[in-house]
Amino acid sequence: MAYSEKVIEHYENPRNVGSFGKEDEDVGTGMVGAPACGDVMRLQIKVSADGIIEDAKFKTYGCGSAIASSSLVTEWVKGKTLSEALDIKNTEIAEELALPPVKIHCSILAEDAIKAAVADYRAKHGSTTETETAICAPVAP
Amino acid sequence: MTTQPIYLDYAATTPVDARVAAKMIPYLTELFGNPASRSHAYGWAAEEAVEIAREQVAALVGADPKEIVWTSGATESNNLAIKGAARFHAGRGKHLITPRTEHKSVLDTCRELEREGFEVTYLDVESDGLIDLDKLTAAIRPDTILISTMLVNNEIGVIQDVAAIGALCRARGIIYHVDAAQAAGKVEIDLSATPIDLLSLSAHKTYGPKGIGALYVRRKPRVRLEALIHGGGHERGLRSGTLPTHQIVGMGEAYALARGSMSTENERIRWLRDRLWAGLSAMEEVYLNGNIDARVPHNLNVSFNYVEGESLLMGIKQLAVSSGSACTSASLEPSYVLRALGRSDELAHSSIRFSIGRFTTQAEVDTTIALVTEAVAKLRELSPLWEMVREGIDLESIQWASH
Repeated sequence: MAYSEKVIEHYENPRNVGSFGKEDEDVGTGMVGAPACGDVMRLQIKVSADGIIEDAKFKTYGCGSAIASSSLVTEWVKGKTLSEALDIKNTEIAEELALPPVKIHCSILAEDAIKAAVADYRAKHGSTTETETAICAPVAP
Repeated sequence: MTTQPIYLDYAATTPVDARVAAKMIPYLTELFGNPASRSHAYGWAAEEAVEIAREQVAALVGADPKEIVWTSGATESNNLAIKGAARFHAGRGKHLITPRTEHKSVLDTCRELEREGFEVTYLDVESDGLIDLDKLTAAIRPDTILISTMLVNNEIGVIQDVAAIGALCRARGIIYHVDAAQAAGKVEIDLSATPIDLLSLSAHKTYGPKGIGALYVRRKPRVRLEALIHGGGHERGLRSGTLPTHQIVGMGEAYALARGSMSTENERIRWLRDRLWAGLSAMEEVYLNGNIDARVPHNLNVSFNYVEGESLLMGIKQLAVSSGSACTSASLEPSYVLRALGRSDELAHSSIRFSIGRFTTQAEVDTTIALVTEAVAKLRELSPLWEMVREGIDLESIQWASH
């Protein structure tokens, strides 16, 4: 499979790899996907007192497109409010990385990771939002 | 990229040996006659070349040249053997048996026969990839007409006990077909002493050209088939179509070379393979797929746990290898062969097939070990699964949000 230059660039130089303390009050953790699907993404956001995502980290088990999608998302969420972060759409991720149709699910997974991380943070702080579970069914090209 | 990747995908295809290519070329330019032309010297020369090649192919597998039918490759041979035998013998029975780990050209042929009203038992294999003879025996029904198994598996390289399976079939009057595409020139095949009725062969896995193969069809006792391709009645009516003389000459020469060099070549390749495995298995959580002893020396199928196969391939672009994970297709399905061995999804998704060949060097193997070790370490640093396992979390205990 031929990857786009941007996917290769993120794969070779992934941004913000790592972890925050899962139990920390200012951290929201979202883990989506499943080993059975060949994709597991974990996105963590660190949120300031005034509700701004000041840092983000990820770890991903998955193909190059999955790694690139989550790496990209850590860059994009930084500096955003939680609701701004929730506005990031998988189509934007797919477009930025020039993902082929068979890899669209990677961008959907990354969007779901943001939702899950925000939901986790909000749950820690007493507010709830509906969360949707991740998909790993193949997306028809 | 100025340098070519290191080629470790000999189970996918092999380069045509230069000695083979040299033999083929005159049959494209000067000796271009149609082997079926009986009326002039061009035809006679081509026919003679085809018959010499037939002897060369027969010699590698201990067959009589009259038992060799040219085809376009092992896929066609498998189709001709299975459909041809099943349709011819449909009056005797409707049941076929084949393991789940067969090549798609066998499995899909069986599916097609199911659509025609045949019944197929897809046999489970053991966790090392081998067939349990008792389970095979138990699957046989009074109306079983054909059993088809590989000699050597294309993904994991394991060698089935075809002599024992053949004896079992012979005792019950069941036709036994063997797909030997991955086996020719790698394991000894002596059809004069082994009860195999039909055997599929390919040239391009054995340093011959693509687009040519053969089907062995036993004469004593005679095995009867219905042809798939009709026309000029070539190959005793079993496979019509003008014979591609240059391809056939190439297959013959490739098989003659394989016959001459097999034992020394296998020894060298086994040494390289063992060196590769020693290097890779120095890492943690690395697993060999398939039985290590009943295995061709060329094959190493390895799972690097907690690393996804496609991302690993991306990290080792300087190597030409295959991933057992078919994430590149839309299916996202890991290898059905590894699943049939009962491998976990993680392990099935993280497998790489290394297949070594005639032109592999020690330096290439050493470079491979270094590249793979580096890529696996990098991807494990990226892997949340690896982190959890290091923290002592049982991945089985997690509720994954899957379909």
